[in-house]
Amino acid sequence: MAVSTLIGAKIHRREDPRLVSGRGRYVDDMQPTNVLHAAFIRSPYGHAKISRIDLTEATKAPGVEAIYTARDFEKILQGAMPVTNSFVADKKQPIGWAYIAKDETRYQGEIVAVVLARGRDEAADAASLVQVDYKPMTPVVDIDGAVAKGSPTAHSGIPDNIAWDTTVGGGDVKAAFAEADVVVKQRILQQRLFPIAMEGRALVVEYTPIENKLTMWSSTQVPHWVRLCLTLATGIPESNIRVIAPDVGGGFGSKIHIYPEEYLAAAASKLSGQAVKWVEERSENLTATHHGRAQIFDIEVAAKKDGTLLGYKVTQYVDTGAYVSVFSSFQCSAYAIAEGAYDLKNVEFRTVGVLTNTTPTDAYRGAGRPEATHAIERGIDLVARELGMDPVEIRRKNFTKKFPHTNYLGLIYDTGDYDKALTKALEIANYSELRRRQEDLRKQGKLIGIGLSTWIEVCGFGPGQGHATTFAQIAAETLGIPYDQTEVRTGDTGDTPFGYGTYGSRSLHVGGSAVLMSSRKVVDKAKKLAAHLLEAADEDVVFEGGRFYVKGSPDRAKTMGEIAFAAHRDNLPPGMEHGLEATTYYDPPDLSWPFGAHVCVVEVDPETGAVKLQRYVAVDDCGNVINPMIVEGQVHGGVVQGIGQALFEEVLYDHETGQLKTGTLREYMVPTANEIPEFVTERTVTPSITNPLGAKGIGEAGTIASSIAVINAVCDALTPLGIKHIDMPATSDRVWKLIKEAGK
Amino acid sequence: MSHKVVTTVNGRRYEHEVEPRLLLVHHLRDNLGLTGTHIGCDTTQCGACTILLDGQAVKSCNLFAVQAEGRSLTTIEGMAKDGQLHPIQQAFWDEHGLQCGYCTPGFIMAAAYLLAENPNPTEDDIRRGFEGNLCRCTGYVNIIKAVQTAARTMGGAEAKPATQAAERRA
Repeated sequence: MAVSTLIGAKIHRREDPRLVSGRGRYVDDMQPTNVLHAAFIRSPYGHAKISRIDLTEATKAPGVEAIYTARDFEKILQGAMPVTNSFVADKKQPIGWAYIAKDETRYQGEIVAVVLARGRDEAADAASLVQVDYKPMTPVVDIDGAVAKGSPTAHSGIPDNIAWDTTVGGGDVKAAFAEADVVVKQRILQQRLFPIAMEGRALVVEYTPIENKLTMWSSTQVPHWVRLCLTLATGIPESNIRVIAPDVGGGFGSKIHIYPEEYLAAAASKLSGQAVKWVEERSENLTATHHGRAQIFDIEVAAKKDGTLLGYKVTQYVDTGAYVSVFSSFQCSAYAIAEGAYDLKNVEFRTVGVLTNTTPTDAYRGAGRPEATHAIERGIDLVARELGMDPVEIRRKNFTKKFPHTNYLGLIYDTGDYDKALTKALEIANYSELRRRQEDLRKQGKLIGIGLSTWIEVCGFGPGQGHATTFAQIAAETLGIPYDQTEVRTGDTGDTPFGYGTYGSRSLHVGGSAVLMSSRKVVDKAKKLAAHLLEAADEDVVFEGGRFYVKGSPDRAKTMGEIAFAAHRDNLPPGMEHGLEATTYYDPPDLSWPFGAHVCVVEVDPETGAVKLQRYVAVDDCGNVINPMIVEGQVHGGVVQGIGQALFEEVLYDHETGQLKTGTLREYMVPTANEIPEFVTERTVTPSITNPLGAKGIGEAGTIASSIAVINAVCDALTPLGIKHIDMPATSDRVWKLIKEAGK
Repeated sequence: MSHKVVTTVNGRRYEHEVEPRLLLVHHLRDNLGLTGTHIGCDTTQCGACTILLDGQAVKSCNLFAVQAEGRSLTTIEGMAKDGQLHPIQQAFWDEHGLQCGYCTPGFIMAAAYLLAENPNPTEDDIRRGFEGNLCRCTGYVNIIKAVQTAARTMGGAEAKPATQAAERRA
């Protein structure tokens, strides 16, 4: 791309003045008159039969307009919640996820009834009067329990809890392992996490009878998907449904799901003939909004004495929760990049989906890629340790070096220079000095650890990310018009063409490329019109700095604004349509593969097990950068979410009742400003070749790289005690217990 | 049974009849239409609803509306004056101290209190000052920078430039 003034510039986000002055427009800020407030009655049990629902008292409560149960919704909603096809599954139980439970509930938080009342508090009051008689059943709440022989099943009447069991692979894994000098094996937990967007989900929905129209405001990442799913469920034509995602207070994957509440609120509006509003409370969010991760990896890595990796075997268990969720194919997607940054062709990856009586799991920031990276980066450190090699040396030895690279599954990595990113990270962190200092401090009994991670990601198949700014930068640059004269609209199906939404770090790679291509189409048409007006041949017209002129006569120029005006007048070239606009649907020919290297330094207190982050260096490569400030911000946030997983966050269920033990933010530790170290973010630039911007996604990079960098550092710190591995979160409690065990 | 509540919010007097159980944050949002104050949890962990009550930062989800009787309140809507952003708001914008923006009003109000109490906070002071506020997007890095920048523009002469401090560490 040509040297430019706007693309690559640190331009302030245009969405911010509103947001810093309290003039954001989130769904809960809408206060339509005559709206009914919905309260959802949810099962408090992990697994239970519903024997009776008594609405007598609740119906009499003040302000109540209606109470609906499964039977009422059957009139409006067809079928069950859709599920994206996960990749071919050897065994898949066709378990439907009903919009609302009828006879049996299978996770705490599953909806059994909906109250509509005039006020929010009145709805809550009435909800507490709905009497549901449950017969609790024994729940299964984790993978080990669910796959054990003779374990209870998560649904009545299914033979076992296996949702899918599929193996993919490439190369000759058997031969690779036979040839190996060393094989390391490790079980790695990816604990269950709450995504916790600071704004929970929220809806306002209005059905208009006679016209048969539905308008929904939803805090969602995927308004067009919501519209499509509402059509499928209600039969209302897509052209009659408008879905608007106004300001969205964070998503991290948790808002790509099309949830029961969206269907039920739409149906409730149709049933009641009135607008319906629902705003999720936080403790409700923790049971009702999907969870992330919840996986176990059993890995085996085969290597030669010199550190050359030969083969890799993985069994991934995915706790699907009570139902296989809408986009749960992301949950097994670790298989796609199992071998990470390494040139390793002999790979076998088995994925097993396991049903449990817990909130369904689905994509959470990184979605499969942090899990894949964690497994291979832990594996390679274990091999290095077994062979007495430096973790840097073994990585360099095995990096994929030639691009485009075809991986074990046939996916093509576009571009990369992994050594460059690692080298830069090591330089910034002053790695050799760190190792020397570590040795000295170890002699004094201090537990210092240095952790590395080299990450790659596949993206292009992705709120609050600054689209309004980056998209405007691209358009203004290409159209040669002032940045301030551009306006970006997204999130409203009423005035934007179909798009998949924002997830998987795809917005810039896909949406940004479409903006670029549309802008180019506009320039092409404008150039033809300018040639006509300037009475010149098309090829003689130059477009520069937002002006069109005939070669050699820059004084007689037409601006883009003049051309735009002329495009609506009568003096057009023969055959040209009025107007100056373009629409582009961009589907990238191939995926883009950002990468990077992170270095983390920790100190572990041998007395308390507390892990203190001392230093964090992130070097990431997302190709050409449109706005470095936004890229940096995405990395910061991602790194901290990964640190949260590594050290603090964990969703826990009670085994007896299937209820959350971490049911509020009091029991679930979201990192605050106090837990986070200073960190250094840097970049290398290796442009993508799969989209015209040369850009790659960055929204998930930090999360992918950081949890494992921290854990590798903690493991490194504990090495003198003979400890090889620790699972997440490495809380002081868990570390302390390991230290005690090791001392025995 | 309802109670009369008279408050001065952002310099303007309001009089309402409210239910005793009404939370202050709902009063601000529903009755006064000041929707810039957000709700991010139900256990006073997140701080998105932080406002100033007689100059002191409080979580407005943790007070009843009736407890604000006769008091003077400042919400995020009261920070900008004469069409100009408050220096703290400007600094959040300049330093990219926000992404989705949902937690931002709470952080800005907490920062306003922090800087009123301590015009020259150290980085640690700032981190501690935000122990009651959660942000899931920014990783806090640029929020801390924003407060350092605001401290400088508001005249806290000894405040260290954020970027220099970061570079020194690097």
